[in-house]
Amino acid sequence: MRAYVAAIDQGTTSTRCLIFDHHGRMVSVAQHEHAQHYPQPGWAEHDAAEIWRNTLRVLPEALADAGLSADDLAAVGIANQRETTVVWDRTTGRPLARAITWQDTRTADLVEDLNRGPHADLFREVCGLTPAGYFAAPRLRWLLDHVPGLERRARSGEIAFGTMESWLIWNLTGGPDGGVHVTDVTNASRTLLMDIRTLDWDQRLLDALDIPRELLPEVRPNAQVYGECVVGLPGVPIGGAFGDQQAALFGQTCFEAGEAKCTYGTGAFLLMNTGDQIPTSEHGLISTVAYALEGQAPVYATEGSIAVAGALVQWFRDSLEMIRSAPEIETLARRVEDNGGCYIVPAFAGLFAPRWQPDARGVVVGLTSYVTRSHLARAVLEATAWQTAEVVEAMAADTGINFARLKVDGGMTANHLLMQSVADVLAVPVERPLVAESVSLGAAYAAGLAVGYWPDLQGLRDNWHRAAVWEPAMSDALRRRERAAWDRAVERTLHWVHDDDVAR
Amino acid sequence: MPGSIQSIERAAVVLHFLGALSEPVPLGDVARMLALPKPTAHGILRTLCEVGFVVQERDTGRYALGTGLSRLGEALDPHLLRSRAVNWADGLAARTELEVQLGILTGQSVEVLHHVFRPDGSPQQLRVGELQPLHATALGITLLAFSPAAGRLHDLRLPAYTPSTPVTRIDLTRVVQQTFRRGWVLTDGTLRPGVAAVAAPIRHHIGIGVGALAVVGPRDRVIAAAGEPRAGIVDQVVAAADAISVHLQDRL
Ligand SMILES: Nc1ncnc2c1ncn2[C@@H]1O[C@H](COP(=O)(O)OP(=O)(O)OP(=O)(O)O)[C@@H](O)[C@H]1O
Ligand SMILES: [Mg+2]
Repeated sequence: MRAYVAAIDQGTTSTRCLIFDHHGRMVSVAQHEHAQHYPQPGWAEHDAAEIWRNTLRVLPEALADAGLSADDLAAVGIANQRETTVVWDRTTGRPLARAITWQDTRTADLVEDLNRGPHADLFREVCGLTPAGYFAAPRLRWLLDHVPGLERRARSGEIAFGTMESWLIWNLTGGPDGGVHVTDVTNASRTLLMDIRTLDWDQRLLDALDIPRELLPEVRPNAQVYGECVVGLPGVPIGGAFGDQQAALFGQTCFEAGEAKCTYGTGAFLLMNTGDQIPTSEHGLISTVAYALEGQAPVYATEGSIAVAGALVQWFRDSLEMIRSAPEIETLARRVEDNGGCYIVPAFAGLFAPRWQPDARGVVVGLTSYVTRSHLARAVLEATAWQTAEVVEAMAADTGINFARLKVDGGMTANHLLMQSVADVLAVPVERPLVAESVSLGAAYAAGLAVGYWPDLQGLRDNWHRAAVWEPAMSDALRRRERAAWDRAVERTLHWVHDDDVAR
Repeated sequence: MPGSIQSIERAAVVLHFLGALSEPVPLGDVARMLALPKPTAHGILRTLCEVGFVVQERDTGRYALGTGLSRLGEALDPHLLRSRAVNWADGLAARTELEVQLGILTGQSVEVLHHVFRPDGSPQQLRVGELQPLHATALGITLLAFSPAAGRLHDLRLPAYTPSTPVTRIDLTRVVQQTFRRGWVLTDGTLRPGVAAVAAPIRHHIGIGVGALAVVGPRDRVIAAAGEPRAGIVDQVVAAADAISVHLQDRL
């Protein structure tokens, strides 16, 4: 009896495998971090081969942890950091360059040209996105331009492009030996190359960026058996794949229009299901595919993307060496009552939603001799809370839906001080589900649906339980005052990058 | 130095020697510089590796100070403990359908560091930050049994909250010792009538108790007719607490 379903969560900082039972309860987890490469300011890369090796480590570890074998798994699903771009040789199976991650800003100029050129409207119309360095295709273009011989070999079909789920699925299903080259609709919707209505690559967009079709994976629904693992989990069907944020929306069972969640990981991402409506945003939100089930019409979502949330805590830990582990930031922050007048706006890769200002850079403002590292710790956490408030407001303005509560998940939800300040600045209760790893749960759900392990969406809803609620407790006057200070701090980030600065 | 133990002295010398160097060193250098026979130096280094005070580089075989030594004076960060516990506490709540609390010792009380609601959709309030009496809660009794700091609380006051609260030193000592022997405790209405709990310790290096994990709920959901915990509850609590203990050792 195959009684469990596995999920691989290929994230920005780590790769993990979680195993779930029929009630959606986690039975085990294994995790390995991979190296972050920052070869130049603004660049951020991963070694795709290392990520594949880590995947091969976490699979047996998660099984062993639960005393299971691959035969106990009904299916495996994959969720991944989105927009991170890798190209590899179909014959050797080797990546041809470091993967360029979603935090990388090297394509800024390329994208600016695109937006000035004749095709900007076409992109908006066909894929629902305004070209930005955040999406995958400009990175692919950059690789074609800069990796010697890549362009030529790409046209001959020797090379494959993919985001992380494509890379993992191809390797799990045999790699050079019959590997399946596919992507799912949610990841494809983040490339700038997919028609958001037909859910397939659009030749006009490919032409606009001069990307050879031979490179591309086939676009598939989220819950479908793509193939069977020959390594890692031999014999286990791969039943689904999802961009991590859409996976979390699915894992939180936001199946109805108007339902939303915010996931706090490296970045933070607020997504709201908009049903069969493709949203258009006046407020800097992104329209994206929420999910597509086989033989059914796609479901769409609107998204507020915050690039830097946990990454700021990571920076506080690794670059400033203020703390030894991310959770310690709460200990430090709790030593003081407030931020001491200090604000941090982490526009490390420019400002994302709702402003989309690529020429902004981070600031720490309000420094006086009164400010201690504890105040800085507060400011780090408050940055995530205020950025959440901004995307929540943008969504309310776009959709006319005011949140009565906010569903949250992700690693940062273990931070009570942060969750309390999110509730405080939003002035609505914040609630966490019983499985904070909604990303993995969503991927597992997709895979389980594909093989009939779970019969339907309604059954999944019954697995959702509230694990915690943070009630707002901030006075309106204080909220207004803090908000005004935050807005002033954000202003200080704008237009920092000048044309004569070298590649930052 | 009458009564001093030679092997401990030598270990200290080896640690000082390694601490004075910026690079890992081979066994031969340690033995030569400290004028120790090679097998003796090797034995000392091996033992120090086992306790985490020294590390051996895998490819070169050279020795250097390990992180265990610098961590010795550090208390475990409570919020790191909470982060590591979240997934297992969630699983415990899901499996037992009871509320889960994680407590640490703060002064003479239990501080609730983490709280997972009973997963039945009923309205509940977060208890994080709440202080509870040590002697009247399953969390507290577990901390008294396993936390070295709690062992020194001789002046603990023992007010009665219900007729079942242990209020004499003898009663408390008995239940604490029993908890230490069994590795878990059941309390039945000791703080609030009709509320029962089962708790087990979360342990760090060499088994020191750094926290306690409990399921808490209405008496009939926790206790079977014979007065014992309902089937499976103890195993679930102990397994979750042990899983957290194991994951505490993971890299930050
Ligand atoms: N207790 C905490 N307080 C503050 N930040 C935390 C805490 N625990 C984890 N983080 C931060 O959250 C992030 C890890 O969360 P999570 O594991 O959900 O992210 P992730 O899945 O690795 O992100 P991604 O999928 O984008 O790689 C890290 O950036 C870390 O700094
Ligand atoms: Mg993640």
